[in-house]
Amino acid sequence: MSAGAIVGVGELAPQRYSAGVTTLSMLATAAIEATHDAGLSRGDIDGLLVGPQVGETPQHVPATVAEYLGLQPTMANVVDLGGATAAGMAWRAAAAIQAGMCQTVLCVLGNINERGRVPRSPNRNPIREFDVPFGASGANTSYAFLAQRHMARYGTTSAQLATAVVAQRENAQLNPKAIFHGTPLTVDDVLNSPFVVEPLRLLEIVMPCAGAAAFIVTSPERARDLRHRPVMISGAGEKITHRAMSQAPSLTSGPLKAAIASAYRQSGTGPADMDMLQLYDCYSIVIALTLEDAGVCPVGESGPWMVENDLTWRGPQPLNTHGGQLSFGQADLAGGMSHIVEAVHQLRHQAGERQIADARTALVTGNGATLSEATALVLQREDV
Amino acid sequence: MTNKDSKAASYPPPTPTAVSAPFWEAAQEERFVYQQCADCARAVFPPRAHCPHCWSQTLAWQESTGEGTIASFTVAHRPGHPAFAELAPFVLALIDVQDGFRLLSRLTQNPDAGLQVGDPVRLVWVASGDWKLPLFEPIPVDGGQ
Repeated sequence: MSAGAIVGVGELAPQRYSAGVTTLSMLATAAIEATHDAGLSRGDIDGLLVGPQVGETPQHVPATVAEYLGLQPTMANVVDLGGATAAGMAWRAAAAIQAGMCQTVLCVLGNINERGRVPRSPNRNPIREFDVPFGASGANTSYAFLAQRHMARYGTTSAQLATAVVAQRENAQLNPKAIFHGTPLTVDDVLNSPFVVEPLRLLEIVMPCAGAAAFIVTSPERARDLRHRPVMISGAGEKITHRAMSQAPSLTSGPLKAAIASAYRQSGTGPADMDMLQLYDCYSIVIALTLEDAGVCPVGESGPWMVENDLTWRGPQPLNTHGGQLSFGQADLAGGMSHIVEAVHQLRHQAGERQIADARTALVTGNGATLSEATALVLQREDV
Repeated sequence: MTNKDSKAASYPPPTPTAVSAPFWEAAQEERFVYQQCADCARAVFPPRAHCPHCWSQTLAWQESTGEGTIASFTVAHRPGHPAFAELAPFVLALIDVQDGFRLLSRLTQNPDAGLQVGDPVRLVWVASGDWKLPLFEPIPVDGGQ
């Protein structure tokens, strides 16, 4: 059963720094590519989902993007779930179509990353009040707490976490769009990189860059008349539990556990059915925690599991075959969309040199803030 | 703490709200307070106008023991906020306070001192610019001072 299908994808190659471009122009490039990829044109798009942090405007974002693209959608919204935004867009698009508000939804994310750009606007939330004055600012600290706790509780090692980073880098060597294409990596490289927030080192932490990505969702019926074999959204899940790390219900598991369980349940699948794992990977530790929350390996055993299994595109447990955000690049919220774009390419059997044999089912996850906002999708080739 | 704290004047200060002001006012008097729900009796932190556990609006301020354990910690080598660059490396920790809540704070401990998750800690007041902040220090195993 599927409520919607992904019929088009578009993605810019991430770049470390942008200059001379606007966020709106990058969003438009990805959006037009996705629309054409679907075999559709501008007039077919009547739904629009965007992220909250478009460089040129903090408010009225859907209208600003719609005007720029010459769209007049009958459903538009901001999805504000951090790294979980992209996967959260997929089911919202399908739900809007089911509700009769529109037929074909453009989901688009991206941002510029200008050299020397100052941080975003100040705020007055509890993190600003109770974390920042002590010296905790940004996500790094929070993920370091998770890594330290997992290591203390289960004996997970830095070398084990580095293994997953290295496997993804190997995948990136077959992806010309990856920001670290042409730059191989070893476990020693990771372990010799400087500490940023112990126990996490530089090469275990995602590097911000510029870019954009988009995908198009329409009804399963309509999808069958389009250019490519549809990729069905056969299950989705979402859960939000907290914002500040001090308020997290657990330091070794997250709301992804519930979100993934929902996606499995809706699609009638389980971890053994997945031909690939496209897991949100802002930090090495997130891969480990997600593998456990997804039931791919037993709780507490992700460390040795990652070492014992071949996580590259050629192995039986392919993980982030495009390189993951750690090696493909995290272009703001579009980083989380890269996992969807890659899953679609794999399920269409269009992934080139890194194509997984007979790929039919993918688990995609999104993770916002610090294991705070979680989304999961099961995507399947239409003939499954 | 250390003479590095002379930089503290440039640290980002707390940003109290109308609801959280009593916490910061008490802190300047070196009293570590938290809210307790009058209806479900659970601790609430950071301060709120409503209990997140039962949605009661009846919250009372209590004085905390300031003792707890390290739920997790990190040695920050590259702080996210530039004001703390000269203080680095320093230890940030999630503290499980005995009174039933968790907060993020900084430890006065040397980063090389072999901290472990679960280590007991106690409150120590440290000036940071114009503010006094509740930092924590490990409690020695022998209980001595």
